[in-house]
Amino acid sequence: MANSQNNWARYDLWDERHLSLDRFAVEDPENGFCASASPYDPKPSLLIEHDRIIEMDGVPDSEFDMIDEFIARHYFDLTIAEEAMALDSREFAKMMVDVDVPRERLVKLSAGMTPAKLAEVLGHLNTLELAFANSKLRSRRQPSNQAHVTNAKDDPVQMAADAATAAIYGFDEIETTVRVASNGRTNAIACAVGAAVVRDGVLIQCSLEEAEELRIALAGFTSYTETMSIYGTEASFVDGDDTPWSKTFLTAIYASRGLKARCTSGSSAELLMGFHERKSMLYLEARCVCLQRSMGVQGTQNGGIDGAPLTSSVPRGGWELLAENVLAALLDLECASGNDTRHSESEIRVGAKIMPYLMSGTDFICSGFGSIPKYDNSFNASLFNAEEMEDFLALQREYQVEGGLQHVPEDQLLAARARAIDAISAVLETLTPSRLTETQKKSVLYANGSDETASFMPGEVAKMNAVVIEQNITFVDVCRVLSAKGFTTEATRLLSMARQRVTGDYLQTAAIIRDGRVISAVNDPNRYSGPGTGYVMTEERRQVISRMRREVSKRDILDGEGATGQQDSHHWRIEPKGEASPGTDPREVVIGISPGFGVRLHKTTGGVPLYKVLAALLEGIRERGGHPRVVRVRHTADTSFLGLTAARLAGSGVGIGIQGKGTTVIHRHDQAPHMNLELFSQAPLIGEADYRAIGANAAQYALGKSPTPVTILYRGQALGARFHVQTALLYAIETSMIEAGQNPEVLEVEFYDGR
Amino acid sequence: MTDDKIPDNLDAIYPVGERQPDRVQTRNGQPLRDLTLDNLLGGLVDASDFGITAEGLRLQATIAQMAGRPNLAQNLRRGAELAEIPDAVLLDIYELLRPGRAQSADELQAAANQLRDTYGAKETASLIEEAALVYERRGIFQRRF
Repeated sequence: MANSQNNWARYDLWDERHLSLDRFAVEDPENGFCASASPYDPKPSLLIEHDRIIEMDGVPDSEFDMIDEFIARHYFDLTIAEEAMALDSREFAKMMVDVDVPRERLVKLSAGMTPAKLAEVLGHLNTLELAFANSKLRSRRQPSNQAHVTNAKDDPVQMAADAATAAIYGFDEIETTVRVASNGRTNAIACAVGAAVVRDGVLIQCSLEEAEELRIALAGFTSYTETMSIYGTEASFVDGDDTPWSKTFLTAIYASRGLKARCTSGSSAELLMGFHERKSMLYLEARCVCLQRSMGVQGTQNGGIDGAPLTSSVPRGGWELLAENVLAALLDLECASGNDTRHSESEIRVGAKIMPYLMSGTDFICSGFGSIPKYDNSFNASLFNAEEMEDFLALQREYQVEGGLQHVPEDQLLAARARAIDAISAVLETLTPSRLTETQKKSVLYANGSDETASFMPGEVAKMNAVVIEQNITFVDVCRVLSAKGFTTEATRLLSMARQRVTGDYLQTAAIIRDGRVISAVNDPNRYSGPGTGYVMTEERRQVISRMRREVSKRDILDGEGATGQQDSHHWRIEPKGEASPGTDPREVVIGISPGFGVRLHKTTGGVPLYKVLAALLEGIRERGGHPRVVRVRHTADTSFLGLTAARLAGSGVGIGIQGKGTTVIHRHDQAPHMNLELFSQAPLIGEADYRAIGANAAQYALGKSPTPVTILYRGQALGARFHVQTALLYAIETSMIEAGQNPEVLEVEFYDGR
Repeated sequence: MTDDKIPDNLDAIYPVGERQPDRVQTRNGQPLRDLTLDNLLGGLVDASDFGITAEGLRLQATIAQMAGRPNLAQNLRRGAELAEIPDAVLLDIYELLRPGRAQSADELQAAANQLRDTYGAKETASLIEEAALVYERRGIFQRRF
């Protein structure tokens, strides 16, 4: 590298990696860059006099700020506070990972602990223990996941198709937001209609300014909110334009309208807002989470959220984010556990971050998962996005963990998208002056993202929204249109969601709705107490999450090989000509092919047709003066024994053994089976020219020469990941064709195209 | 609640929509089972039926309390108090509670009185009065814009 400042060349390599775009902050408690246990964090304390808290975490009540005051007045269970505060923090941490201590006991004790005490407790748990504690403490047994569904044009047609996509992939909540503030209505309608195409029960949120968000919910298109922000210092709270009392009042307003609500908080928010008071991130978040329980909100979205990249920049940052979520679970709050911001450019850091969450499960693994491409995400890129969705599926499959998602066959996916497009088009064309052509619709159907769509632009969408607002369109109007246009199922599902708010069952902690049924911490509580308890995946679900695109079975391999064999049959012919006997010609090199070579297997894992492989070996032998003879080995498919068998039949004592998948060896009659002359085990990398060179070298060994070994260029590919499924299946076909005790047969080989 | 146990009879009453649907009525007094697509299309029920009632919220508050969640129960009780209050009134009080909107404790006290006297929202009124005291001590009545 011409401009490199580095001395060691490996730094140049590292500087090219995505990780080099990440910045790491020096730990600096003075300036708020401290994950936990800042020297400025208070020591835990709680003084109670006549059922009144007169000191908390070293602050006398006369000096309480708004957050202290609200917590002191509303958080504590005074019947347990003395016992809880007297507990040794490490002892309580131990109880958190003890399967024999019930969750209820821990939750109850937590109601007697101050924020500083809770932060101190968490400080005793390492990352593994936090994840384990979370598996025990999270409130709902069944884990779930939330999707972001947005696009760069606020296009409702794409939004509906993508909402259907999110619903069919398994998300129980969809959160949308706008690029242009006035476009909220159509976003919400599109998400509701799109999700209704797939199933009854996907909860929808449209994140907007509070009053407008509430109005959209009242029109019946959305069911929950999660953007009621909470901060850990008073000055940040006030700059966020709220107080604990205003937020509590707003929470009660949501309840009064039958709407599910959760607050949001997360470390580094105070640091970003400039009012961190030199406290550690975890201590400030402990204040936030205690405040949320005090307010009576059923749940929280925490774990860094927008601040996650900053938290992740300090030592112990990833640990701290997990600790926040565990704290929410301990305080008996529904926890939508962050993982909704791309905290790093490094895919390794992204994959590592999600693992503790997948292992422990959470109420919502991501809050949310970018179900659309990164550039279409109006919240900014999430930790996982449409781009990485299959990576997430692979993690679920590999570790048999519940992330809430599943593979969807393409025909089902496209059918859902098509119906969502038709349904939303019917709604928009009936209720607004907008019109869509078939070409526009089709552009959405197959689109990955808004770069490929030819449907609505933000300006047109704004006009539609003006109509929706002016006509005061509610879910009733949408239900009528859907029903009239043949979307009765969707109309019924939309109605069913509106009906949920009449009973309010989903106002209980951690509620989701599956097929019209409410599942919450009340009727599906997590009672993990060791192996075989808590959430145990059913066999049916295990089968579902085990499906992936590009799965390969033996049938697929055989079908593929059969097709190649058919195609190639006009290139060559091999015919057995009786049992092979040892040769006498000193220039003779025998090629021993495996039982399936050219019979059921027809190309190498490197994709070279076997007739070309054999032709190349023969040419190589002949060009160096060797006399080739081809035999079919029947008693083994092992490369070494193929080679040794061939060598012992050869007049020169030198032979080549080759398997149908392309693995090749040059062997000599007097060598031990696994002590060959040259071995070519990386079959996927061996090309036609290499086989020719292998033939040539074999001939030179036969003539007593010492050729330079053939080298196959390897650049570090993960050959096992790419080829071993195929390799194992191909080899199993070979081994199934072995005929024990049968002698090799001489083959007559004929090429039809002049070789 | 004792012995850290969730009472068994919660299963009998929750989810309300499944276990005791007849107990639920809409805001206009219709039974839950009448909230069907046919009735909606036929004009027998309308959008105003699809809201929770104060009674429905109090029932959920009881369930939350039984499930060991006193704070959530309190929030749902406040919700019950607010269920019949018009959106505009609630949004005005919310606005007043935000920092720097009210210039003195008197304005919050007036809102608390309105909640208590006009709507019988006692628990919520106390919350507003508590805010008035704390805002005064912490200087939250300062104008911000």
